[in-house]
Amino acid sequence: MLRRLPALAAAALLATSMAACGSAAPEESAPGGTAAAGPTTITMWTRAATQAQSERLVEAYNKSHTNQVKLTVIPTDNYQPRIAAAAGAKQLPDVFAADVIFVPNYTSQGLFADISDRVAALPFKDSLAPSHMRLGTYEGRQYTLPHTLDLSVWFWNKDLYEKAGLDPEKGPATLKEFAEQATTVQEKLGADGKVHGTFFGGNCGGCYVFTFWPSVWAAGGTVMNAEGTESTVASSPMTDVFSIYRSLYDNGVTGPTTKEEQGPTWTGFFPKGEIGVMPMPSTTLGSMPADMKIGVAPIAGPDGGESTFVGGDSVGISATSQNVDAAWEFLAWTVSDEAQVEIMAKNKDVVARTDLADNKYSAEDPRVVLINSLVGKGQTPYALKFGETYNDPQGPWLRFAREALFGDVAKLPELNETLNQSLTQ
Amino acid sequence: MTSPLSTAPRLRRRRALAGWAYAAPTAVIVAVLFIAPLVLVVIMSLHKWPLLGQARPNFPANYTKIPDDPLFLDSVLFTLKYTVIVTILLSAVALGLALLVQDRRPGVGFFRTAFFLPGAVGFAAAALLFYGLLNNDFGPFGFLGVNWIGSPNMALTSTILLVLWRFAGFNMLILLTGLQAIPVEVYEAARADGANRWQIFTRITLPLLRPTLALMLILSITGSLLAFDQFFIFTNGGPDNSTVSMVMVVYRNAFFRFDLGGAAALSVVLLVVLVALNAVQMRILRGATTK
Repeated sequence: MLRRLPALAAAALLATSMAACGSAAPEESAPGGTAAAGPTTITMWTRAATQAQSERLVEAYNKSHTNQVKLTVIPTDNYQPRIAAAAGAKQLPDVFAADVIFVPNYTSQGLFADISDRVAALPFKDSLAPSHMRLGTYEGRQYTLPHTLDLSVWFWNKDLYEKAGLDPEKGPATLKEFAEQATTVQEKLGADGKVHGTFFGGNCGGCYVFTFWPSVWAAGGTVMNAEGTESTVASSPMTDVFSIYRSLYDNGVTGPTTKEEQGPTWTGFFPKGEIGVMPMPSTTLGSMPADMKIGVAPIAGPDGGESTFVGGDSVGISATSQNVDAAWEFLAWTVSDEAQVEIMAKNKDVVARTDLADNKYSAEDPRVVLINSLVGKGQTPYALKFGETYNDPQGPWLRFAREALFGDVAKLPELNETLNQSLTQ
Repeated sequence: MTSPLSTAPRLRRRRALAGWAYAAPTAVIVAVLFIAPLVLVVIMSLHKWPLLGQARPNFPANYTKIPDDPLFLDSVLFTLKYTVIVTILLSAVALGLALLVQDRRPGVGFFRTAFFLPGAVGFAAAALLFYGLLNNDFGPFGFLGVNWIGSPNMALTSTILLVLWRFAGFNMLILLTGLQAIPVEVYEAARADGANRWQIFTRITLPLLRPTLALMLILSITGSLLAFDQFFIFTNGGPDNSTVSMVMVVYRNAFFRFDLGGAAALSVVLLVVLVALNAVQMRILRGATTK
């Protein structure tokens, strides 16, 4: 009998461990299942870069609706891998926002559900932000709605301008003026190392795209062909833009960590009052220190013009969602008059609909009017392989840009070939 | 109780059953968490595997395109270089620390704890900690004016500092167990024969420590070849792709390029190389210990 005891004990252990495994499964699947009765809770993911906007929308929606949205914010740099991992495991949330630039890739991978018919039924469908809608269209079908609009513009610090003897009410109108004003701030105020003329994310592919490309467009140039399969950055005006920034770096006008900045903190220096003038995302205007006097100017080319990178997020319903109706109810509400004016515009954000560009809040702040007016002038480049070519730190674009700014300019034509390869592979 | 003739096979069967039952929980865990993913990776490496939707077989495309990826080839060289440097430095520092704290003396407990403590910090957290500490904008060492991750050599040096800080204590602990297993009598006999400290170290301590050193080397080499966290978090592969490890390329292919099949093929190649390398190491080190 004693000899049998170990066997019995082992069998008992096995039974308990299997019971433990068994009980875990239904618990996990319960929240994902369809709740036929009562309000539905849908899950939503967004990236940290546009967290504030998503949180405001979700909070207001949850207050006024029986259906609820549970929002998860994911660090911007990890967002793409998290989406990929979740998609591979069929664990995508019901709704997820994505950097508009990645949307063509996601739709081509089949991550979003087709919402063409639902979009077509919206009374204001024709005034939804055109570049976001274009990137959300794949093979004639519509997959996403605009979620946030984030435009690149030049911010200048009026207090620093005044101290440096510049006209605080007159920002740069060309990239050359931008460089002159940054240099003046550096020369007049930069002696103790606390204030710098300008700053850019020197080790951040996405930052270059967002802040340098508008200068190219403003000068009438291109960065790639319309299909997003051929790169045109090894020629003027892109090279002119690079050489202006390069001389700023060489002359010590940029903050000391410019070359190493990987992206997470590139917008952190301006609000601290350390930078004279630099390209910034328009979404940060609402969160700037209240007592800081900030001027906003459109990004210009070397000799003038104006443009912007129409970035931000689009939002769609995941292809694996079981709560499509509830998810759409939320999405449709986010682009409604109420949400766009009372939540987005009220917080100085760019509205996702052109018919609401003039609203009661935007009129209070001429800077917001200016930013809204840029939506039609800016661009959002389309490329299926955008992320791995331009945003990925190991992608070819970062190498290209760093060579242009800190390295050997003669290598650019050769490196442009690696961009072409990445875009077409 | 029936006849003694029939009890023997029944007992054997019962024992066999008990053996299976004992092994089952571990076997289930190994099967679910190791064998199943392994098989899945091999299957994935034979297909064009989309994020959602149907996989299509494309063997051997995922394997034949590996030599066409310059980033991966560079990463192989870099990872080997890193492994050699880290393993040598880590062994030296860990052995030095272990020798310092091997004797029971007042206060030695404090130093043992202090040396081991970094090992209790999660590696990703440690990498983030160094990212903050060595950041020139807000880190406490910014005043030194050293550009910790600005150039390829500095980035590698800083990463090695991080790895030494994080792992030296743990390796010290491994070596300490080996050191303490050496009988005191052997040292006493050597001293009685007039051996000096250096002779004792090279003729007694090192040879008797060999199996423990072997274990440490295998852990260090395997760990270094699979390096990911430190480069992903601390240097982000930069500057200019100078610190991209092999696993980072696998990660990039899977999660940035969504080329799951290609990433799986790289993993399989990495696995085969690692298994082969460990087999060779085991053989060499086992041969050394039985001498």
